[in-house]
Amino acid sequence: MSVRHALLALLSEGPKYGLRLREEFEAGTGEVWPLNIGQVYTTLQRLERDGLVESDDDDERDSPQKRFRITADGSRELADWLRTPPDMSSPPRDELVIKVLVALLVPGTDVHEVIQAHRRYVVELMQQWTRIKEADAGRDLALGLAVDAELFRLDAVVRWLDAADGRIKRAAAEPPAPARDDLPKLRRKTGATP
Amino acid sequence: MLELRRVSKVYGQGAAVVHALGEVSLEVDAGTMVAVMGPSGSGKSTLLTIAGSLEEPTSGQVLVAGQDLATMSRNDKAQLRRQSIGYVFQDFNLLPGLTAAENVALPLELDGVGARKAREAGLRALTDLGLADRASNYPDQLSGGERQRVAIARAVVGDRHLLLADEPSGALDSVNSDAVMRMIHAACRQGVAAVVVTHDAQLASWADRVVFIRDGRIVDQTAPAPGPESLLGQDR
Repeated sequence: MSVRHALLALLSEGPKYGLRLREEFEAGTGEVWPLNIGQVYTTLQRLERDGLVESDDDDERDSPQKRFRITADGSRELADWLRTPPDMSSPPRDELVIKVLVALLVPGTDVHEVIQAHRRYVVELMQQWTRIKEADAGRDLALGLAVDAELFRLDAVVRWLDAADGRIKRAAAEPPAPARDDLPKLRRKTGATP
Repeated sequence: MLELRRVSKVYGQGAAVVHALGEVSLEVDAGTMVAVMGPSGSGKSTLLTIAGSLEEPTSGQVLVAGQDLATMSRNDKAQLRRQSIGYVFQDFNLLPGLTAAENVALPLELDGVGARKAREAGLRALTDLGLADRASNYPDQLSGGERQRVAIARAVVGDRHLLLADEPSGALDSVNSDAVMRMIHAACRQGVAAVVVTHDAQLASWADRVVFIRDGRIVDQTAPAPGPESLLGQDR
């Protein structure tokens, strides 16, 4: 989560004090990302150093009384950031994937049972997020979007577990052909080489 | 409200025998929603049709509101299905020649409720689901999401105690799926017991309890859910 750009976004509506920025940040993320006031001021100081925001000149104190406004450079930086996709080309080292891959190597381990333990945990998490969504009943748009993002992410994990379950079952019935030798780099990149 | 005791279902015989369900036991109390989650072919739809008395188990007992289905006559079972059980299927099963309001009122009319009274109850159920202005439309004049809501209205109209749903959000988008699950959940808050079978974790996550089914057997279930505080309290 880029606190830096979130603060620029809030300041693009008009000049604001630090304390108000924190309140609006938390409200804007459906209070899913709590932020302490120290983080707000450190980030504002850096933004000021980089010329992306300015504060009231006559007030040197780092206090809730200090008011900030976005500069032209700040607005440009914000617009660029909004349109730059985050780097999703390298798969993250996924601990869950690694556990399932390792389970395949351990003699006497029922991989389906390992998979089910993870599936149950993820579905329980999803139940908790859905409770939040249900209780809010669509009133808070930011909260609804943040909870949906979490639910879709966890849903993808369950789908992968389901697919892994099926693939492993099939592989047990008919052993696959030997792996191709020309893919070691990709296997390393995806974590498939334990 | 619904209890399955060691229910098994076997199709075919000899070499072609298929064990669709193996000694499945499941209890669903009034006011709770249970999701049965599993891949296709795991036996979850069979479980639902047996729970709804649309199919007989090979062995085991099914009790609805404390009554053993095996001891009931055909007529009694038909009455139970009309009066107490609401069904929602993937393909909605709306009758094309009837309007939305007539579709919803049909189970009441079949049960001997006067046409006017049944129509009023149907309209009320449609209004609750935000479909008052679509009441006189025919199914082919409704969107997928609207048809699904009509199917839910039909399933909850009257005094139903048990709601059985098979992939109730079918091919709906996530906003419409949410609306459908919200309605089923609301029915549960009013005392209805619901069983939703699905392969979709997002749908299942609406349930109070998720039961996992594999190869016709219940292999696992979720723990009672802690409140949302456990998530919102985390500092990230």
